Amino acid sequence: MEKKHVFDDPRNVKRLLTVFFSTVVILLILDVFYIVLSKTHVIHRHVNYKWEEFWGFYAFYGFVACVILVLVSKYILRPLAKREEDYYDK
Amino acid sequence: MTNSILPALIFIIGGFMIPFFRGRAKSIYMMLIPVVGFINLINIPMGNHYLMGFSDFKLVLLHIDRLSLLFGYIYHIIAFITVIYILNFKNDVEYVSGFFYAGAALGAVFAGDLFSFFIFWEMLTIGSVMLIWARKTKSAQAAGLRYLLVHAFGGLVLLAGIVLNFTETGSLEMLKLTLSGPGSYLIFLGIGINCAWPVLHPWLTDAYPEATIGGTVFLSAFTTKTAVYALARLFPGTEALIWIGVAMAAFPIFYAVIENDLRRVLAYSLINQVGFMVVGIGIGTELAINGACAHAFNDILFKGLLFMSMGAVMYRTGKINATDLGGLYKSMPWTALFCCVGAASISAFPLFSGFVSKSMVMEAAASGSHLVGQKSYVIVWLVLLFASAGVFHHAGIKIPFFAFFGHDAGHRVKEAPLNMLIAMGIAAVLCVFIGTFPKPLYNLLPFAVDYHPYTISHVLSQTELLFFSALAFTLLLLSGIYPAEMRALNVDADWIYRKSGKALYQIFDTVLNPLNAWCERLVRGAATGTADFFKDAGAKISIFVAVNIWLLAGYRDKHLEIKKQKLYNDILQGTLPAGIGAAVTITFILLVYVFI
Repeated sequence: MEKKHVFDDPRNVKRLLTVFFSTVVILLILDVFYIVLSKTHVIHRHVNYKWEEFWGFYAFYGFVACVILVLVSKYILRPLAKREEDYYDK
Repeated sequence: MTNSILPALIFIIGGFMIPFFRGRAKSIYMMLIPVVGFINLINIPMGNHYLMGFSDFKLVLLHIDRLSLLFGYIYHIIAFITVIYILNFKNDVEYVSGFFYAGAALGAVFAGDLFSFFIFWEMLTIGSVMLIWARKTKSAQAAGLRYLLVHAFGGLVLLAGIVLNFTETGSLEMLKLTLSGPGSYLIFLGIGINCAWPVLHPWLTDAYPEATIGGTVFLSAFTTKTAVYALARLFPGTEALIWIGVAMAAFPIFYAVIENDLRRVLAYSLINQVGFMVVGIGIGTELAINGACAHAFNDILFKGLLFMSMGAVMYRTGKINATDLGGLYKSMPWTALFCCVGAASISAFPLFSGFVSKSMVMEAAASGSHLVGQKSYVIVWLVLLFASAGVFHHAGIKIPFFAFFGHDAGHRVKEAPLNMLIAMGIAAVLCVFIGTFPKPLYNLLPFAVDYHPYTISHVLSQTELLFFSALAFTLLLLSGIYPAEMRALNVDADWIYRKSGKALYQIFDTVLNPLNAWCERLVRGAATGTADFFKDAGAKISIFVAVNIWLLAGYRDKHLEIKKQKLYNDILQGTLPAGIGAAVTITFILLVYVFI
């Protein structure tokens, strides 16, 4: 009988996902605090663009960027670029 | 003149001595070369050394300033790490060419004039081709040849540029050039080929994954970074570089998402990271150049680390395609851990090395966009941010996930050998150290640094960006939209010379070969016809003359035929009486004498 490893147990995978999803939510909440603190000048915030101050700008950008990346790769680039593994040898 | 030795020579000559050592002594000797080199390097004072001159040329073999020194340091560090990594391969070809290659890179960054720079630049090509061929597979041989052809071409372009530039300016100095004459453009392009600019890049993604396990680690460090160094030295602030860099940062990540060979994924992400450096050099402010150099320094470490971890996987399982891997954290936990450190570093997680360098380039682009006439830098910034999210996606998550986690491919192998683990460990520790304490690295940069990566704003925004990229990955994977890895090949710009090369061959085959055959028939027909004619032309002419004379003399019918036949045979067989032969010759000479 082989040794059981961490992610062999579905409960551990579920735990990891729970921790991950909570972190994501916590980050958005922290962003709210940060915006409030910087608007009230408790802490100084250095920004180059106005949109950086919007709530969740980086979160939104990161998420959308990756979705676009995957969709473009899958539905546009792959159909164009994919060939048999021995394409160049033929 | 100093007492120090040329850093390149320590590596190159030291490397050629390796085959004379055996067993443990060989391992110790190999590890000593970079150490001795490093001690030698830190004792060389700033300035020009090893000046040589012949006729009008003034050559400077060793130019030490802050820029060249930074690259010199990291080249020694990565050479040391890689040597430890390859100790178990017992392949002298790989050892010697690895040191030759590293030595050439050192020679190029310390070269104080364009001519010696070119010499070392060409040696880089030789060393790297040997590292590819050392794999000894058929595909490695083919890829190595393509690599050689591309770089030989690039070298010629660079040489032509240097010569033209010399005739224009009369100078061979490694100083800032402006893109004006054809000389400077050719130098720019020659460096660009080694820098893997878009469309010129496929040599990299084609050949790096075909090299030996250790060879790829060497390759990832030197060629492109030497090109980055050369751009920082010769073309800082050249605006074209910004847009070239933006393209480099953006397009490879799409390929990386669908690529199956994990070392090729890393090769694409190598181009993506070099893109950040090229943008920094193009912006050209002190902050931007510092950022580009710091990122080159860090990239050598974390990209080396990632290639090492994939190499270890390949060494143990014999597989490198994502479709054949998965679940390896069970049998290779340390390799998995080190790979995750490399992944976190390239993704620029806070406390990891990418975080303290990539953001310098981003910040330089953002602050530049507020200047008059540089509004378009906003686009640069947005694309770089997109690329930052994308790099986490393909290098930060995809590499560790498909190799070590994901579905279990059932490999039950041993952990990587100890020397490999030590090498990866050193690189991982350095990645975390630089990420946590960036000050020592900042002190080495070409310009004084006034940049603080650890602001609340930066940490929070970067963490948000990365976690939501990870969220996108997770959701796409769980929903089944994420493209499954496939055993397939993705055509890239190398199609131009790999497939169209074949098409060209076929065109030649269908057009030129028949033409060739037709010409042959024509020539051969004419030749045989002429030969047939001249075979007995003399005899026929003689008969024509003789028959008329004989007719006058009254010969007819049978007699005439016999005489004709006899004359014909006599001429063909050369059995004419000597007198007639002499008479013909004399007649001929007389004719010549009379008419000319």
